[in-house]
Amino acid sequence: MKIIKQLLRNPLSLFGLVLLLFFGLVAIFAPWLAPPPNPYEPYRIAQFGYSPTPKPPTGPNPLTEIWKIVTRQSDFSKTHPFGTTEGQYDVYYGIVWGTRTAFLAGICITGITALIGLIWGTMAAYFGGWVDMVFMRITDIFQAFPFLIAAMTIAAVLQPKIGRSILTAAIALIAFGWMGYSRLIRGDILSVKERDYVQAARAAGAGHLRIVLRHILPNAIYPTLVVASMDIGSYVISFAALSFLGLGAEVGYADWGQMLSFARNWIPRLNQYWWIILYPGLALILFVLAWNLVGDALRDILDPRLRGRITV
Amino acid sequence: MTAYIIRRLLLLPITLFGVTLFVFGVYSFLDPAMKAALYVRDIPKTADALQRIIHKYGLDDPFHVQYWRWLNQVFRGNLGWSKTAQRPVLDALLYYFPATVELVLWAAIPVLFIGIWLGILSAVHHNKPIDHASRVFALIGWSFPSYVYGLLLLMVFYAMLKWLPPGRVSDWVIKEINAGTFREITRIYTIDAIINGRPDVLLDVFKHMILPVITLSYIQWALLLRVTRSSMLETLRQEYVMTARSKGLAERIVIYKHAARNAMIPVATMGGMLLIGLMNGAVITETVFNYRGMGWWAANAATQLDIISVLGFTLFNAVLLSFGILFIDILYAVIDPRIRLE
Repeated sequence: MKIIKQLLRNPLSLFGLVLLLFFGLVAIFAPWLAPPPNPYEPYRIAQFGYSPTPKPPTGPNPLTEIWKIVTRQSDFSKTHPFGTTEGQYDVYYGIVWGTRTAFLAGICITGITALIGLIWGTMAAYFGGWVDMVFMRITDIFQAFPFLIAAMTIAAVLQPKIGRSILTAAIALIAFGWMGYSRLIRGDILSVKERDYVQAARAAGAGHLRIVLRHILPNAIYPTLVVASMDIGSYVISFAALSFLGLGAEVGYADWGQMLSFARNWIPRLNQYWWIILYPGLALILFVLAWNLVGDALRDILDPRLRGRITV
Repeated sequence: MTAYIIRRLLLLPITLFGVTLFVFGVYSFLDPAMKAALYVRDIPKTADALQRIIHKYGLDDPFHVQYWRWLNQVFRGNLGWSKTAQRPVLDALLYYFPATVELVLWAAIPVLFIGIWLGILSAVHHNKPIDHASRVFALIGWSFPSYVYGLLLLMVFYAMLKWLPPGRVSDWVIKEINAGTFREITRIYTIDAIINGRPDVLLDVFKHMILPVITLSYIQWALLLRVTRSSMLETLRQEYVMTARSKGLAERIVIYKHAARNAMIPVATMGGMLLIGLMNGAVITETVFNYRGMGWWAANAATQLDIISVLGFTLFNAVLLSFGILFIDILYAVIDPRIRLE
């Protein structure tokens, strides 16, 4: 409660929270804001026609066009508030449903990555000795690969096996993202694990799991959580980057990075077809900015030690 | 000092062993037909011919036998045949490498100078307009995906104003290269243009380089700015800075000689991260700007599922990065004596 109050007092993080709230509402009310033409595949962007040239936004004011869609006076076969991309995918539809993809990507990927890092680093630090040695050398090996390049490779390798989807990109990012967290938690656990209260718990006959979960982690986990919350924005960027390169979400999937990749074919005439880059680009930037503003403020509140420390 | 360097050097083979093991582990997940590209140029179409290749190159041998054979090949410079580049993977890597080096080196200049200089400036003028401005710049840089940023730059400076084109050089330069009137010596065109004494080519190279360099460097210098700023703020509060001031030293000397030097120590730890950032960023930047470097080629190969090429590229980068970080760590130990005692 105190944390939320502090977040609301800082104008920057307040702005971030308002943005997140807005995106959250868009994600929740997506079926109402952009009714899917095919209710069984809502994440496929509404598409009417196959013309290769993008169509400009209908009407002078996008808001009135959106109103027409919301009130069901029109549908995506006629009305395009933000225009269409090549292949006639509706930009507005993609942005609305892409909000869900972005939340999913940011929160799930960061969450799973941090969890893997936590477990790995905790085991290394808690058992110490040769376990620590082996675990940390494996971490070194994973860190020897540049993150995005390694993720790109994994996505390319997995694609023929499980198909091109957001799952491929997610697995690729998770596989090479966990090392930073495991280093961080390891350091913090090493400083906690010899404290008296841990010794006392051990003397009282507590098992490994109980000692770790009840006595060590609660006193060591905060910095890792803070760093993870700061990383959500960069995971959204990396995820969209894989889609942008053509290795993440399949063509036509409601994902901002995938939508931006359409713009690559129109570079000499981007000023003419500005809506294919401006709207998805803006959505992505604001979404990432919101997370970064909140994460930054959260770090200042929860852990002043980390101020100025950056882990991307 | 020597002990530290030796200890650090001993870790390198372990890392490299792990890296090769990992890359080969990925190879062994591939279909035999795809794996055949490690040894032969044309992937056989019929099952019969494929069986012969599998047998001939021992693609059904136990893992460790295959790994050892592959490692021997790698040491001889054979990384397989690249379908997308139509030449051996190592040749393709070396062919595209100079372009990437050129881009990264030019990008490193604004990263180091603007990042550190603005960081110091905003710490010195803490909570003044310049501090707020550079913090906003850094925050935007941190939230701006480089591909969106690059596309927006292209929209304004290429599509709209027609000033700065994408690609690496203009068509007329490529024609001159093919005709032999412009000799490629290093394949780093900035240097080649100077050696050939061609200011017009140099200008053309610069015109193509400006936007990618801005795109690649922005995020990195935004990060460096934040670290420099907070480290400098910390240092300026130290007592020896107060001592220097009360001795009556000029403010400029206090800041740049006494404070900035010590503030640079945490900044130096960023070296490895910067290197990784530039390597990752090069893939995106080169793809957006159609700049024919190593990253452009690898991203292209990845979308066409030319996995042999992608893995070769990954291995190359991982080895490069391992040596780069070793170099930075040793440099760091030279700057900061405390690190050697750890």
